[in-house]
Order: sequence, then C-alpha cells, then structure tokens
Amino acid sequence: MPELFILIPGRTLRQGRGISEGKFGQMYQDEIHALCMAPEDMQRLGLANNDRVRIISPSGQVETTVAAAKPGELPSGLLFIAYGDLSSQLMGQDTHGSGMPTSKGIDVRI
Amino acid sequence: MNVPESDSPTPTIIRDATCTFCGCVCDDIDIHVEGNRIVKAKRACALGTAWFLNHAADDRPSCLIDQKPASVEDGIRRAAELLTDARYPLIYGLSDTTSESQRVAVAIADWIGSNLDSTSSVCHGPSGMALQGVGEVTCSLGEVRNRGDLIIFWGANPAESHPRHFTRYSLMPKGMFLPNGRKDRTCIVLDVRKTKSAKAADQFIAVKPRCDFEALWTLRALVAGIQLDPEDVLQQTGQPLKIWQDLAAQMKQAKFGVIFFGMGLTMTRGKHANTEALLALTRDLNQFTRFACKPNRGHGNVTGADNVVTWRTGYPFGVNLCRGYPRFNPGEYTASDLLARREADAAMILASDPMANFSESAREHLRSIPYVALDPKETPTTRGAAVAFTVATYGINVPGTVYRMDDIPIPLRPALTSPHPSDFDILSGIEQHVRQIIANQ
Ligand code: SF4
Repeated sequence: MPELFILIPGRTLRQGRGISEGKFGQMYQDEIHALCMAPEDMQRLGLANNDRVRIISPSGQVETTVAAAKPGELPSGLLFIAYGDLSSQLMGQDTHGSGMPTSKGIDVRI
Repeated sequence: MNVPESDSPTPTIIRDATCTFCGCVCDDIDIHVEGNRIVKAKRACALGTAWFLNHAADDRPSCLIDQKPASVEDGIRRAAELLTDARYPLIYGLSDTTSESQRVAVAIADWIGSNLDSTSSVCHGPSGMALQGVGEVTCSLGEVRNRGDLIIFWGANPAESHPRHFTRYSLMPKGMFLPNGRKDRTCIVLDVRKTKSAKAADQFIAVKPRCDFEALWTLRALVAGIQLDPEDVLQQTGQPLKIWQDLAAQMKQAKFGVIFFGMGLTMTRGKHANTEALLALTRDLNQFTRFACKPNRGHGNVTGADNVVTWRTGYPFGVNLCRGYPRFNPGEYTASDLLARREADAAMILASDPMANFSESAREHLRSIPYVALDPKETPTTRGAAVAFTVATYGINVPGTVYRMDDIPIPLRPALTSPHPSDFDILSGIEQHVRQIIANQ
C-alpha cells in the first residue's frame, strides 16, 4: 500500500557543483537521483539505503534510490530531492496564474 | 578589458574577478590562470570554485544546426528565419548572461512581437508580483553587513545555494555598527526541514509544510497586537503561540532586522500570497524599528534580467509584445504556461535549461517546436535545439555587467579568451538579420 509523503525538491551543494561540471556528469546525475527520507520512515517502510523506490505524484512517476537523511534533518512524512529532471517530472503544469508551477511541497506516494 | 592570452606561459592572476554562479556575485575572487585554464579561484566557495575551474573552453562546435556542425553565420541566419516565421514565439531564459546581452534579447523580442520571459518566473517571479501589490522595504547587502543585528532566513538555504552569503554579507562580517561581527547578530532560520543553514543559526523554527502563509499572518497579527487562539496557531503553523510571540517581540526589538527569503516561499502553494504576507510583515515592522527584506536570488544575473526587462518594457517578466506594446500577465505569458498549453510555435532559449526544469507537458511541447538555444555548456535543452550555439562564458571569457541580488550593478573581469563567440555577438547578429527580414517583408 503506497504511503503519502510531501516532497521538497531543493538545491544542494553537490547539485550546484554538478551544474558547472556538466549536467551529464556523474556528480550531477547521482545527486538529482538521490531521494532522502527520515530514518524513522525508512524503518517503518522496511527500507535500507540504496533501495529502489517508485515516487508517484498526480503528474508523473519516477523510480530512484532512497537514502536516510541525517537524524533530525527531515521530519517524518517529508521527502527531499535535489532539483533536476526527476523532480521536474513529478511537478504539475498548473501555475495558478503565477507562472510558477508548484515545485515544492508536492504530494507524492512511495 | 584586459584578458590574458590563452597560451601565456606564465601564470597570470586576475584580481577582484567576479563570480556569476549565484546572486551573491562575489567580486573579490583572485583567479589564477595557467595556459588556457583557471587553476585556482581564491576566496571562491565550493560552487564558485566549480564554476571557475570547469569552464575551460568546450570543444564542441560553436554552432549546430539540427545537431550537425554549421558556421556561426548560417546559424544566425537560420535562427533569425525561425523566429520571424513564427506566429507566437517565446524568448526565455536571460538570467545567466550579461545585462548587455539581455538588452539585445529584449530588442529581438520587440522586433518580432514575441513573448518574453526570464527564469525569474520559476524563481522569484511570485515575489515580483507580490512587490507590485505591497511594495518592498529593501536595503543593500552593504547595509545588512554594517547594520543588520537580526538576520532571518525564511525558506532559504544559503549554506548550499549562496555559500558566501553568511561570511561576506549577512552573519560573520564585522560591520560599522556591529564591531563584534557574528557576536553582535542574532540569526533565525525558518523552514520546513532543518537545512544546513539552520546549523549556523541561533534558533531554528520548523514551519508546518505548506503553512508559511499561516505562519506569516500569525506574526503579522502578533506584531499588530491581536490576540490569537493558541490551539489554532499550533494547528495551523506547527509551532506553539509562544514561539511566534517571542519571535514577534525579537523582531520589534531589533535595531535593524532583515528577512532573506527563498524559494521555500515562492515555489510552495500560496506562492505570491506567501511573499505578499512577508513583504507586508516587513512593512508593518517599520512602525517599530528598521526592517527590510530581500529575496535570495539564485542565478548570477537574474536580478539583471528583472532590471533590464523592466526598464525596456515596464514589466519584469512574463511580457507579451505581440501587439507592438508590452502586456504583462504571469500565468498567460510566462514560459512554463505558454509551453504547457502548447501555444508557442518557436522559441529562443538563452542561458537556461527548461528541458531539465519545466513540467513534463511543457518539455514535451518544447521538444515538438523549433527552437534556438545559446549556452556555454551542453544541456538537455541544447541537445534538442534546431539551432544550438556554444557561447563564451560570462565573467570568465566575456566582460559586461551583472546585477547582484540587491540590484547593485557589478562589472565582470574575464580571465580567459574563448574560441566561441559571446552570446552578445550572436544575439546582435540575430537582431540585425531579424531587422533585415522585417524590412523586406
Ligand atoms: S557565494 Fe555565489 S557568487 Fe560567491 S563565490 Fe560562491 S557561488 Fe560565487
């Protein structure tokens, strides 16, 4: 049974460095494919670091690997991923008249 | 502009070079050049170092037409034809190039009657909309450095997005009225997750996800002296009333408070309503003390894009020039919407990567129309372009002007020559051809 989470895509140092090194390079690609989850959620779902998970949003779905966030960094129920191709695939097109699609705080199922 | 020869045998140091990777636009970097490479970027952060050390000239051709090498002249001609043939074109990007190039891009949009949008629309565009409604109490980063004794970051994570923000402007510097630097300042971070920036703060306040609007209005009410129900506040913001009461009191007591806000506000549900609440809170606080707020702008010259597009059209982004005069309507003339609704029939993408950052439906449509892309690097967007130009990198190869996130224009001091033309040269060529085509129609 998929569980509901809120996904927060954001910038990271490695993603920023990866942009300069090249978007087809290893660092950038690794970083934008790394999903972070609270350790207690990992435990509850029986997940270990580097397990593959499917993230489903109302606009798309992607598969990637998951890793535990550092204790205290991410509250239970929240997921984090670096901005990039994957997070964009999960984002809807509606900008609610602002020009900006809702790119943070996306409802997803794991 | 003094650009060293690329094959110079002796190491050259360019002093006070400008990093254009992020909106901090640090202009105190010493660049060490050996041969045709930058080998050291003194004082640059990890992002700035990666920026300087990874921009050796790309060995791709300067121009590709339909992914095949072509001459730059043919590329310019093809680009001009493609844009003038279009019925509803889009010019998008602008934020990672000089203001000189941005000016030419706006001119082309004007000649062809195009939609014109910058990456602002998917960054701090909602903040631009909010400040049109509420106004903005602002200040320069120099004032923050010399006066800011209460520094708040809301939905912003400069430790990872603007790594020298703390040391150069907001937290660590000893300022004119803050002789002890960090010891004289209080820093509070508000966010939905405990970011790396929270570690540098005196206090971290976790905001309930997607409830920044509620938290900001709670603070507005408390600053105005309105009584609130503790249970409602806890339920709506994720924090007890006491936390917000203490924060409101601290804000009022500050001598010079500053709120830096990020895309945690603009990209989350509420968008411009969130930033409107924050701008209004800042305005309210000025009844008690001096308070300012600043968006933490991301791209090196996104602030320049807002400035240039505003001074040329009257609006910062999401502008339509089809009727021969500018119209502004975010949601209608913004790139993400125009593409997702399948309206644009050709595009020119300048120094940005919508193929990596836009929604799938927008990307799908961009893939289906002819477009021109100008970028120093190969990106998913350049890979799909009908005409792709590899251009010299601003700040590293190309001189010009960029605007720091506080609207201060800063000159660039390039370190290397490039075998590729600048986007200014390409855009100027396209503009010239466009004008010829229009004159002959
Ligand atoms: S803080 Fe930004 S502008 Fe300054 S060196 Fe780092 S990346 Fe460059």
